[in-house]
Amino acid sequence: MDLSSIQPGLLIASLMVAATPILIAALGEMVVERAGVLNLGVEGMMITGAVCGFVVAVQTGSPLFGFAAAAGGGAALALIFGLLTQMALANQVASGLALTLFGLGLSALLGQSYLGVRPPSTARLDIPVLGDIPGLGAVLFAHDWMVYFGLFLTLAVWAFLRHTRAGLILRAVGENAEAAHALGYKVVRVRLLAILFGGACAGLGGAYLSLVRVPQWTEGMTSGAGWIALALVVFASWRAGRVLMGAYLFGGMTVLQLNLQAAGVAIPVEYLSMSPYLVTILVLVIMSARRNQAPGDLGRTFHSAR
Amino acid sequence: MKFAKTLIAAAITLGLSTGAIAQDKTKVGFVYVGPVGDGGWTYEHDQARLAVEDHFGDQVETVYVESVAEGPDAERVMRQMAMQGADLIFATSFGFMDPTLNAAKKFPKVKFEHATGYKRADNVSTYSARFYEGRAVQGTIAGRMTESNVIGYIGSVPIPEVIRGINAAYIHAKKVNPDVTFKIVWVYDWFDPAKEAEAAKVLIEQGADVIIQHTDSTAPLAAAAEAGNVIGFGQASDMAEYSDGPRVSSIIDNWAPYYIARVQAVIDGSWSSADTWDGIAPGMVGIGEITDRVPAEIKAEALALKASIASGEYHPFTGPLNKQDGSVWLAEGETADDGTLLGMNFYVEGIEGNVPN
Repeated sequence: MDLSSIQPGLLIASLMVAATPILIAALGEMVVERAGVLNLGVEGMMITGAVCGFVVAVQTGSPLFGFAAAAGGGAALALIFGLLTQMALANQVASGLALTLFGLGLSALLGQSYLGVRPPSTARLDIPVLGDIPGLGAVLFAHDWMVYFGLFLTLAVWAFLRHTRAGLILRAVGENAEAAHALGYKVVRVRLLAILFGGACAGLGGAYLSLVRVPQWTEGMTSGAGWIALALVVFASWRAGRVLMGAYLFGGMTVLQLNLQAAGVAIPVEYLSMSPYLVTILVLVIMSARRNQAPGDLGRTFHSAR
Repeated sequence: MKFAKTLIAAAITLGLSTGAIAQDKTKVGFVYVGPVGDGGWTYEHDQARLAVEDHFGDQVETVYVESVAEGPDAERVMRQMAMQGADLIFATSFGFMDPTLNAAKKFPKVKFEHATGYKRADNVSTYSARFYEGRAVQGTIAGRMTESNVIGYIGSVPIPEVIRGINAAYIHAKKVNPDVTFKIVWVYDWFDPAKEAEAAKVLIEQGADVIIQHTDSTAPLAAAAEAGNVIGFGQASDMAEYSDGPRVSSIIDNWAPYYIARVQAVIDGSWSSADTWDGIAPGMVGIGEITDRVPAEIKAEALALKASIASGEYHPFTGPLNKQDGSVWLAEGETADDGTLLGMNFYVEGIEGNVPN
């Protein structure tokens, strides 16, 4: 065993990178669920975002355009879900699962000629003064800009839901769509917007995988990240701050357990390998043990004429 | 009544005639563990499927299902293939072993071929490649090329096949470089690019400058490319798209000759349950081109080792070799028998850490 080979600075730096895709996707899904819609298609939207982002970044040479396209791709797929569930009143669970399958197939088709291609690299944000702080500087202030975008998004989502009128309306729609409708709010419109936002976020999370974290395109490359994001929303009891914590905890444990393995720590590998799931679930379940905080109308179909 | 009888008669004739057509064509099913575009393991199996189609043309029809989870789901997929008239089914992952045997029991007339497993039945064959021969060549290159003397190894699932690879690579790295140490990380998956990339990054952070992978995607090579002064190897497929960067060689699985032979056997009616385990000599295991990043004398040494394995003159597991706990495994000059190799669940002396159960 050689614990000295683990460098805490590098560990923190890589946990931030490992957490970012699930963080962004989970934040989007959280907003969707706060509006009372359960979209199980996160995995499908993530992988569509991953391939759209990759293709556009390779074609234009600009990761920025890539991420924009990823958000667009994810939102486009989410729009299908939105039309099905909000306009055609289809079952949300079935539509969401179908969306995942559709996204996986569609992405394989779109990405066929991009296997083994290398994407342009995403610029690291070297923050002038802060980045030069010895030790901490390299850890906290020398990432690619998407890591900071994830942190900013957490803050923005929290502030939006907590402190704005629009956020209040969105929550009202999620808690009791009938009442919100009676007050004159456009339930379907609010939900559609939330679904689009969720899709865009999932797309960005996916593109982070294909453009930064891996970085390359392979079929099925999200391999379950979307489902983890979904679970995270529930265990974080629909709160932005806890989603951030859960994502960083999960990312941290993932990186830490690999580090411990490589350092040859005498804990059986099986336990190390399941630790990210176990620890994240445990911590978040204990924190949210008090009561059920799910939005009141989560997963229920709404129609104004009924 | 009369009408109903005519209908039934018509249905029977129709059924018989389609049956006759189906008999003309031999239907071959393939069950894959990953997507065909993974660039590694499943990709090579699918290349072999295409080779079967090329070779037999209209005589054979192939079907495949990709990304099948190891476990009960695999059995469902195989049952469905059998019900749709498949004559021969290739199950191409270790974890399909029990599902294959279950499905084979229910369809005694359908022939099954299970890759890398060890359970057989009258209608179940097993086949595998001696990848450890390729690992010996990789280990030699890795041991010579490393400057930090730390070699990172990304393990997938702790089964004998993977343990064999680790041991073969270690023995040959150690032979050419006594100071070498292995850092082994298990990702518990055959295909998860994000996790593989993460594992590679961790190993590089902890000082490894050579990465050997036993997982199926090209993600570890991408991580090595980003790190700059790190080399790696293609796994299962050539992964030549990284040959101007970190990829210095590769192990290539070439299933096509075997698949063609087995399909031919089914057509001829000569198919019988067998256990095939071929290596470098018959071409089932290929060594991808060694790039110029490897100095000429190391390349020559690696190729000489490859040649001596192919000729049967040298066995990668030749004594004296001790097990990890220091007990004697093979005496001077003794070579390992296939039984021990197939069930290998121990590290050789010098490797740190425990084999997960």
